[in-house]
Formats: sequence, structure tokens, C-alpha cells
Amino acid sequence: MQKPKDLKPLLHPRTMAVVGVSRKNDRHPANVIFYKNHLRQTVDVYAVNPKGGKLLGEKLYPDVASVPGQVDLAVIAVRAAQVPGVLADCARAGAKSAAVISGGFAEVGREDLQDEISAIAADAGMPMLGPNCLGIYAPGYADTFFLPPERMIRPEQGNVALVSQSGGILVDQMIKFADEGVGLSLAVSIGNKAMIRERDLLAYLTEDDKTRVIAFYVEGFGKGEGRAFVHQARDAGKPIIILKAGKSAAGTQAVSSHTAALAGDYNVFSSVMAQFGVVEAKNELELVSFCEALSCYDKPLSGRAAILTGSGGHGAMAVDECARLGIETPALSSALAEKVRAGLSEPVSSIASLKNPIDLTGSAVDDDFVHAVSTLSDSSEVDCVLLLLLPYLPGVTSDLGARLSAVFRRKGKPLAAYVPRLEKYRMLIEGFELNRVPVAPSIDGAVLMVEALRRCAPC
Amino acid sequence: MLKPEIKEILDQAREAGWAMEPQAKEIMRLAGLPVPDFTWARDKEEALACAREKGFPLAAKVVSKKIVHKSDAGGVAVNIADEDELAGVMDRFAGMEGFEGAVVEPMAQGAELIVGGRVDHQFGPVVLFGMGGTAVEVYKDTVIRMAPIDEDTVGNMILSLGARDLILGHRGEKPLDAAGIKSLVAGFSRLLMDLEDEIESVDLNPVMCSHKGCNIADARIMLAR
Repeated sequence: MQKPKDLKPLLHPRTMAVVGVSRKNDRHPANVIFYKNHLRQTVDVYAVNPKGGKLLGEKLYPDVASVPGQVDLAVIAVRAAQVPGVLADCARAGAKSAAVISGGFAEVGREDLQDEISAIAADAGMPMLGPNCLGIYAPGYADTFFLPPERMIRPEQGNVALVSQSGGILVDQMIKFADEGVGLSLAVSIGNKAMIRERDLLAYLTEDDKTRVIAFYVEGFGKGEGRAFVHQARDAGKPIIILKAGKSAAGTQAVSSHTAALAGDYNVFSSVMAQFGVVEAKNELELVSFCEALSCYDKPLSGRAAILTGSGGHGAMAVDECARLGIETPALSSALAEKVRAGLSEPVSSIASLKNPIDLTGSAVDDDFVHAVSTLSDSSEVDCVLLLLLPYLPGVTSDLGARLSAVFRRKGKPLAAYVPRLEKYRMLIEGFELNRVPVAPSIDGAVLMVEALRRCAPC
Repeated sequence: MLKPEIKEILDQAREAGWAMEPQAKEIMRLAGLPVPDFTWARDKEEALACAREKGFPLAAKVVSKKIVHKSDAGGVAVNIADEDELAGVMDRFAGMEGFEGAVVEPMAQGAELIVGGRVDHQFGPVVLFGMGGTAVEVYKDTVIRMAPIDEDTVGNMILSLGARDLILGHRGEKPLDAAGIKSLVAGFSRLLMDLEDEIESVDLNPVMCSHKGCNIADARIMLAR
């Protein structure tokens, strides 16, 4: 059992020093990091440059030791060869943690240099993120990503934490989160993960009150590390989602047994994640759908879905996708169907199809949907309702999202909705999402939200 | 902890890099797993002698460090009906490369399953279970779990198979011995934990399973390099 590292100074720093701020080059990563935190975030930030002096009126400190007060996090963005010296300086100054943004280590064959900086950090008992990473993004608080603020897409503050080996994938996921209205508690780019690795973050985020869902993008674990990870994940008590790259990597050794041929690296990865209740996303669409669904609901489902729509075609496509994934769509009992029919508006009640999918037809109005969801929510025949809402139907108004969310709040039966993601339908979508009902921009995405609840052990 | 007798067999097998069928089956037997009443006959005379005790029909399989895939090399004979046929089979085997005798055992009945193990770099020992036989890599109807696992988990693995109904009882057939399957796979997964530092992978294929019970009809262990 490794000693838990105190990651609070690293992931929730009060004081940050940015080392490597240039006096000449305003596009230097360290300059971007310094200014965006200085101007936009609440963390106290100081710029470090060995030559000292001033930059646009801001004082430059010659080293970390001369920064006033205790430095929680030293963000290091200097050339690789200078990192050992800077880290040693941080250790002497008593900095509580470091994030090495600089590249030029194991990823280019300089394992020696990476081992050297890991040893310095380990000797000082100073948690080190990276190298070759973007660091951390804590909405409204601290942001060490060297991307100019006007270029960044910032998701809202929320309860999903993202941990990624790749900085690029992390930024991409943040864009998707912002698009889909998924809120972020913390994003961490771990880069070469020389010291701080997935398991350290899993331990921290398990205890973090602001985080409800923990999502990982991983390329691979070290020897035996996967085993320790799944044990830790099983005991975390929070939904954990994982996206693995390198699924197709061919084995390099000749395969001498049937078992070795059938239990290839990725098959083992995928099977073991499922065994321990970690929800594996196969691609980015699944990752964002799973994150959104699990950030909203906290009870697992057996997966008996009612599909409710105003279009027969949408219902048929959703049924196909449910069948592919093994989500049941049981036909409603005649008693339940009659209960639904009894409350529908007069023109709809005679033409609606009330099996499953339930097609209220293009004549349906808001009240019909509200009545149907309410009735289905009271029934034990299904444990969730998949809504395929077509905002262009004449009887559907932009108020429907908020009204159906109110049914969820009263009855507690999970809903997942598909609404085409267009600006003119935003009020309908926000009516759901601001009331914690997940909305997907595609039918498949909405089905995946139900799938997430079915697969997740500790939701 | 590995029994010293198991360690001894592994030490004998190390030079070849793998444990041949009689060695691997002996390890399974020592670990308390069900193997048939097999004999490693070193030559034709020993084969005929043990056949008289066991009675016919019998199966005979060549033992050779050079032959990993016995079926592919013509090294498996089944439903041997009498002594003449067995003598002919043994003469044929004796001409094969690296001949060290044959495994002689009663014919087993039932469905062919596979129980396998591998030491994965990221997750350590993992166990594989599913529909076996020589076409196992064609049908690919197998499931994987991280070892060790308990018998309930094996029950779940059975339900995850495409051919689950063949195990649970299909069109009036009696179901296979599920309790036997569960105890075999769970027991094997515990053995894998003890073998972690010694092996690369294990194939128990086929494991013959009927409504009456299960038996490891063939086994081989690829040792860690």
C-alpha cells in the first residue's frame, strides 16, 4: 500500500508560482498561465523569472523562495534541461507541490531526465504532476492550461472530474462538456505521470465533496497497476467512467495458447472494468453521455425503459439501439396503457400507439407528454423513461423541458431525453438540463444515458 | 502457496518452456481439480498394459516437447476400440518428433468447454471460460474475469456466454453440471494466483462436461519466459 499523498495543495492551491515567465515573449506558455490566473481566477498567483524586474507593472520574483508566503503549487514551464534546477529550488523554498508543464522527457526518450526530476520531487516529499502535461483546471479557481483564455471553451462548474493522460483529449472533452451542458468539478492532465498517477487522483477525488462522477482517459497502466486501480474503484462508492485508447494495439509476442489469443490486452481491460463496476466508454460520444447521465442520477437501474415519443420512426430507432445494448423495452400492460390513454387529449387518445415505444403522434401537446410521463413514473413496469422530443411539432412548446423535469423531481423516476441541439430549442433543453435531467443531441446518445445507469455499480 | 510436488513438475518443465499434457494434468490433480484416470505410458507395451486395466474405448494422445498442438500434428486418437488399434496408434506416435510416450485415458462424454488463464501485465492473473474445443478461436464465445473469482461469479460468466443455453439445458437436453463447472473454474482461478510468477498462460481445453460432471480432458501450461 503506497502512502497517500496530500494532493490538496496541487489540486486546490491557494498560492501559485508560475516559473518561466518571459520578459520578452508574451506568448510564452508561462506568461499565458500567469496572466489568465492573475486576471480571471481567484487563486493568488506570482510570476517567477531569474532576472527579476517587472513585466507590464507586475513584479517578477527571481526564484520561488522569494515569493511572499507559502507556495502551494509551483507551475514550471521552462526548458526540460532547466527543470531539475527549478524543482530543487522549489523543494528548498518549501513549495508544497509542482506541476511540470514542460515536455522533453520520457516522451522523447529522456527517461533519465524524467527519473532525475522524479527523484528530486520524491526526496522533497513534494507531489509532482507531469511532466509534459497541462496541469489542472478548476473552474473559477485555478487554471494552468497554457491555452490563451480567448481560445478556451470552459464548461460550467459541476460535479464531474476528468483525468486524462492526454492534454489534447482533455481539452476536447471540455469542449464537449460545454456543448452538452455537463459541469466540471476539476480537470487534471497527468501527462507522462512520472509521479502522480491515476490511482492518486482516484484516491483524492473519491474524498472530494465537489466530485460525484470520476472520468478517466487512459492509454495504459503499469505492471499490476490495473489490478490495484479496479480494487480502489470498486471501493470508491462513486461512478467511475473510463475511456481507453490503444484498443487495437497488436501483441508483439507470438501467441502460443488459445487463452493468450482470446484474452488479449484490450479484451482483458474491458472485461475487468465491467467486472468491477467501472463503466467503460468505447468512444468520446459514450464518454460524454455517460458523464452527463451519471452526474444527474444516483440509483442504478435494471434497465427496463419506456420509450416515449411523438414520432414512430424515432421510437423504432431507439428500440433497435436498446435491443443492441440489451436494454429491455417491455410492452406496457393493457391496464397501464389504458391509464395512459385515459388522460390524453381527445384527438390524441384515439390515434396514439400505447405499446412500447409509446407514440403520442405529431398531434400531441405538452399536457399529453406530462400526463404520460407522470403515469409511467408511477408504474413499476418500467424503471426509466426515454423521451424523444421533437420541438418542431406544433403542440410542443419550449416549456415542456421544465414541466417534465418537475415530474421527475416529484416522482424520482429517471428520465433521459433526446432533443435536437439547435440554438432555437435551447430553452427546451435548458428546461431539462438546469433541472438535472440529461439531454442528448442524438437518439443513440439518449439510449447510452440509460445504458450508463444500467452498467454503473455505485450510482 | 504452491505444493512442493507442483513446484517440482514446473521445474522439470522449465527447460522446454511449457508443461506437457501429463505434467499439466498432474498439476491440476494436485490442485484438487477433476482430471480423468490418465496414464503416461512411455511406450507401446506400457500403453497396452494400462489399457487392459482401464478397458476400451480409450483415447491416446502423443507426449512430445516438440508438439504443442497435438491435433494439428495428428497426435490425438479417440474411440480406440481394441488392443490392435491401440498398438497401431502407438506405432504411429513413436515416429513423431520428440516422442516421449502417450497419455492413455478413458473416453470422456459431454460438451467441450475451455477454462484458461493468463498473467496480464496490467491486471495479473485473469481467467477465461467458455465454449472450447479445437474451434475455440473461431467461435470466440468466451468471457474473462480477473482472478481470483468465486462460484457466483462463474455463474455470471455462464450467463454471459452466447451458448449459455447449451450449458443450462437446450431443447430437452439435461443441463450440464453447473455446480461442477463453478467449482472447477473458481478452484482453477485460485491456483492461478499461486502460479502468477511461474506461468504465462494455461489452456484447459477441452474440459468435457456432461450432466454428470466435468473433467479436464486436455491441459497445457506455457511457462513464464
